[in-house]
Amino acid sequence: MMELVFALAVGILTASGVWLLLRPRTFQVIIGLSLLSYAVNLFIFGMGRLRIGAPPVLENTEAVDPALYTDPLPQALVLTAIVISFAMTALFLVVLLASRGLTGTDHVDGREDGQ
Amino acid sequence: MTGLLDHLIIVPILLPLVSGAVMLLLEERHRILKGGIGVATTLGLLAVSIMLLRLADLPPAGPDGSAVSVYQLGNWPAPFGIVLVLDRLSALMLVLTSVLGITSLLYSLARWHRAGPRFHTIFQLQLMGLNGAFLTGDLFNLFVFFEVLLAASYGLVLHGDGIGRVKAGLAYIAINLTGSFLFLIGASLAYGVTGTLNMADLANRIPTLAPGDATLVAAAAAILGTAFLMKAGAWPLNFWLPTTYAAASAPAAAMFAIMSKLGVYVILRLWMLVFGPAAGPLAGFGGDGLLVIGMLTIAFGTVGVLASQSLSRLAGCSVLISSGTLIAAIGTGGGTVIGSALFYLVSSTLGISAFFLLVELVERLRDPGADVLAVTMEAYGEGDDDGPQHEEVGVAIPATVALLGGSFVACALLLAGLPPLAGFIGKFGMMVAMLKTDGATVQASTWMLIGLLTVSGLATLIAMTRSGISSFWARLDDSVPRVRVIEMAPVLCLLLLCLGLTVGGGPAMRYMEATMQALRTPQGYVTGVLSAPRTGSNDGEDSP
Repeated sequence: MMELVFALAVGILTASGVWLLLRPRTFQVIIGLSLLSYAVNLFIFGMGRLRIGAPPVLENTEAVDPALYTDPLPQALVLTAIVISFAMTALFLVVLLASRGLTGTDHVDGREDGQ
Repeated sequence: MTGLLDHLIIVPILLPLVSGAVMLLLEERHRILKGGIGVATTLGLLAVSIMLLRLADLPPAGPDGSAVSVYQLGNWPAPFGIVLVLDRLSALMLVLTSVLGITSLLYSLARWHRAGPRFHTIFQLQLMGLNGAFLTGDLFNLFVFFEVLLAASYGLVLHGDGIGRVKAGLAYIAINLTGSFLFLIGASLAYGVTGTLNMADLANRIPTLAPGDATLVAAAAAILGTAFLMKAGAWPLNFWLPTTYAAASAPAAAMFAIMSKLGVYVILRLWMLVFGPAAGPLAGFGGDGLLVIGMLTIAFGTVGVLASQSLSRLAGCSVLISSGTLIAAIGTGGGTVIGSALFYLVSSTLGISAFFLLVELVERLRDPGADVLAVTMEAYGEGDDDGPQHEEVGVAIPATVALLGGSFVACALLLAGLPPLAGFIGKFGMMVAMLKTDGATVQASTWMLIGLLTVSGLATLIAMTRSGISSFWARLDDSVPRVRVIEMAPVLCLLLLCLGLTVGGGPAMRYMEATMQALRTPQGYVTGVLSAPRTGSNDGEDSP
């Protein structure tokens, strides 16, 4: 059940993200990119297998059963991916505003259709 | 791994990072100082990468016969820690990066570095990202360096401002963000199935996968491949490339010439390593796809070259032809093609880079207004101390037109792959290697590829001749543009290097052949990375 909900969430986020990415307004593109980055981050997280109640960090240095723990690496990867995509989205937002200011339109081509 | 020399591998990453960070602290008005730091750093990088090249070219000395040098970050052995790996291929790319770095930077000192803030810092970070991506032996670390160089390249595309650059930059950033997401999906999928991100370990684990898992790895490889092909400018994911490269300022575009080769490098590295003959059911995965995509890219680039109205667009389309040729050469899978393909990679990158720098100078000749426009843009970006008068200061070289024309001809020969310059050797070598099939009949796809290579060369020649005639012979006025030595010298330097490649074709080709041999036997790389001892463990015993 958990897997199904998770997969649906990733799928819906990706579908919405791709649809928005293909829209002609720059704001829609940036929201689409954000949704895609959420989907990707969830996907990376899911690649470490979905476990409930298993910590990712060893509590003591004695010999422990690794089966009781979840894979910490995808969680570290997600953290990196979140930071990077957040920074890139912020940078994109600046360029978007510059484009809006210079061209006077928020169309991705820098001009309205039929112009 | 003892002694300072072993730390040399990480210098190409640390040096530009530190210098970029230091320059961030300096105010914009200290431009001369910043330029000096930038040139010194880049010269240092060049020296270090040449040393690394010599190091990589030494015959294997280790007890296990490993031909790679490994640098373990944090002294964690692979596959648990992130490693930097130096072999012939990465050393070659490092040298190429620093050569383009120094020439682009020198060129930018003439005027472009004044056109916007933080140019030198962004430039150094770009070099850092490129060097890191060429050196890393870890898939996720590769992603991080990709992002570093992409972030810097966004800055470089937008450098100089103007509507054209912002519009091109918008599309460029959007498509590269999407590409990064594909990269992440592919890398995490590969990790989810194989449980490792280390490239050498990945190559070890893939042959032993269960059939169901192998399908997932194939999917991961295809998604990763899409991301890299997008970067390399493969059709149909390359419509952004000519526009962006043409819009970028000349030194930035000259630097970008190696960025599209990064996509090619990663495909070459991963594909030869992971899907080599030892990969079991996945051996040779995607080779046909690469061949078809490469050929389509060449065809698209050929049409683009013929249709180009402006010189910078022509240069952008020749990037596509060059990428397409390399992708198709990797796709043929026949190992001997790779050696000549590497030679072609070096010569075409140098040639395209020189051409991007030259285009701006030639366009001054064609349209006297362009010079004014560039100055206006500069004033728009900065607008404090430099008036248009400033441009007239500095040593202008005599016989400008002759020199420009000569360089233009050299670029045309290089890009079209005609003798006597290095482009010919690479292209001809590839064709010879493709036709050498040890008695088996030559496949129809090979004939098509050879035909495409020839046609693309011819198309480049036609397009270059046409623009050369309109730029140099059919000029309406006889005004001689002012071209400064510091602008012309980098172009000549790149072209002379290509000439050097031709004259020193023997040793260069021997290096490429050795690189190709190492790529064809990935076991050396794998054992070299995985069995590298930790620093300080005298007996080589693994501690838990």
